[in-house]
Amino acid sequence: MKNDLVSVDFRGLLGRFEMNAQFKVPARGITALFGPSGCGKTAVLRCIAGLNRLKTGFCAVGADVWQDEQYFRPVHQRPIGYVFQEASLFAHLSVRRNLMYGYPATASKPAIQFGEVVDLLGMGKLLDRSPRNLSGGERQRVAIGRALLTQPKLLLMDEPLSALDHMTKNEILPYLERLHEALTLPVLYVSHDMAEIERLADQLVLMNGGRVVASGPLGQLQADPSLPLVLSRDAAVSLDAVVVSQDAADGLVSVAVEGGRFLVPSGPVQQGERKRLRVLAGDVSLARQRPSQSTIVNVLAARILSAQKTADHQLIVLLGLGEDGKGARLLSRVTQRSWDQLDLKPGLDIYAQIKAVALTRSEASSI
Amino acid sequence: MNLNLSSDIWQPVRLTVELATITTVILLIVGTPLAWWLARSRSWWKEGIAAVVAIPLVLPPTVLGFYLLVALGPSGPGGMFAALWGARTLAFTFSGLVIGSVLFSMPFVVQPIRNAFESMGDRPMEVAATLRASPWRAFWTVAVPLASPGFLTGAILGFAHTVGEFGVVLMIGGSIPGKTKVLSVAIYDYVETSQWAEASILALGMIVFSFCVILAMMIVEKKVARRTL
Repeated sequence: MKNDLVSVDFRGLLGRFEMNAQFKVPARGITALFGPSGCGKTAVLRCIAGLNRLKTGFCAVGADVWQDEQYFRPVHQRPIGYVFQEASLFAHLSVRRNLMYGYPATASKPAIQFGEVVDLLGMGKLLDRSPRNLSGGERQRVAIGRALLTQPKLLLMDEPLSALDHMTKNEILPYLERLHEALTLPVLYVSHDMAEIERLADQLVLMNGGRVVASGPLGQLQADPSLPLVLSRDAAVSLDAVVVSQDAADGLVSVAVEGGRFLVPSGPVQQGERKRLRVLAGDVSLARQRPSQSTIVNVLAARILSAQKTADHQLIVLLGLGEDGKGARLLSRVTQRSWDQLDLKPGLDIYAQIKAVALTRSEASSI
Repeated sequence: MNLNLSSDIWQPVRLTVELATITTVILLIVGTPLAWWLARSRSWWKEGIAAVVAIPLVLPPTVLGFYLLVALGPSGPGGMFAALWGARTLAFTFSGLVIGSVLFSMPFVVQPIRNAFESMGDRPMEVAATLRASPWRAFWTVAVPLASPGFLTGAILGFAHTVGEFGVVLMIGGSIPGKTKVLSVAIYDYVETSQWAEASILALGMIVFSFCVILAMMIVEKKVARRTL
């Protein structure tokens, strides 16, 4: 299972929409499908589920082929869980019976237990209520639980948070993170919200106009200068980090990434714990010498790998951490003027001053 | 006024209830798959079929009755069918009345059920499929319960409309007591023979019945409004 791939190849017309999407991603962790609205993210998900059928379609998880030229497995025989944008609970059934609808009735113990899911998603008090009397966030939690209880091999989530307001979103996100940590289930997650993706996803599939622009590990794609992500206003990178030590006195934690160390504010952590850092391009400034007196605690040696002009007289600079620039990638946004004044150019070794670093979440340990 | 009612005043009532019940049951059995197909199919000729089903809404009942009389009579297909058990014709029989009522009340049952299936949208069936429900299981556990107000409306309308039909019955059933003499025909006969008391009792009963039907319909509709969020 460890090296299994989710392989997808869909070509053809869906109504008037032309789809031509191929990607292969590891069948573990959370893979986000990202792109502007109308780019076909949801259509890809529906094709994988078998809800839409294209003439030329291939879909396989590991060695299990769900459809190819000759074969099409109907929706109800695919081992998927599907969470729709709106919770779509059955209004005529109680929460408990909604959850039980796809729960296997066989005598043998299923891998994902009813009680476990109820606890994981905090639904204990909701069980005997009608979906009509639930809040938006509660409904979506029930929908997620209902999908999980079908014992899926692949969980498909179509913008499960987009119909919710900001508060409710923040109420659900921790549940999704818990899910990610507790289950080894691969997830395909459609979203147009990069913040959500940075928090949850391990892999990214970038889509535009029915095509896949790129796919790969999240941090790698975020720092790829050939992709439009680096030019967005809130361009950022996500770095995988390991806790080295904790200084209890000032609440800072030292974490190591490839090619450098960061001090970040954090609650209690364990040494060796895996964390994820998010560094915004706008929070990284460059200096030719190591600044001697500064309030900025994170100053790391790095090498300029490339630079790219943005529309507003600024540059997005791609950095490689470490003396040789072979470490983790970082993005920095600088003005054209500073670039010229400091005489910066690719290949130059500089110091990156990082104003703010955020721990977005703990890395899943079980995957 | 002479209140010595003829003893067989209840016979047409019983017959009518029997006819309406059988008709409604048949209509639910036949109408459900038809309504499902009309709600779901994307074929271009489904509206043609829908129009054929709806024709009785605008057709004079005597026209339908006339063609049924021909079809069910000795030289029509109904007569040949009846010959299977040695009868000569289906016209002027209770079976003939059932066939006529089913055709005539069909739109009143099919339309509300079709509407209920359509207003449900594709989503519940898609959800059921992703929860491993076969189409058959999804139909019975999701579509039918969600469309239940449509079924109730259809059943009430189908029953009530069968009770009230006159033209078709007169054409193909005549007025054979205990066999084809239903309420509406009975009232007509009583008036013809100046039995005003009997006629007004039945007529009054029909008014009360109609009131109850309309009231029931309104309650169902109110319930539906509350169910949809």
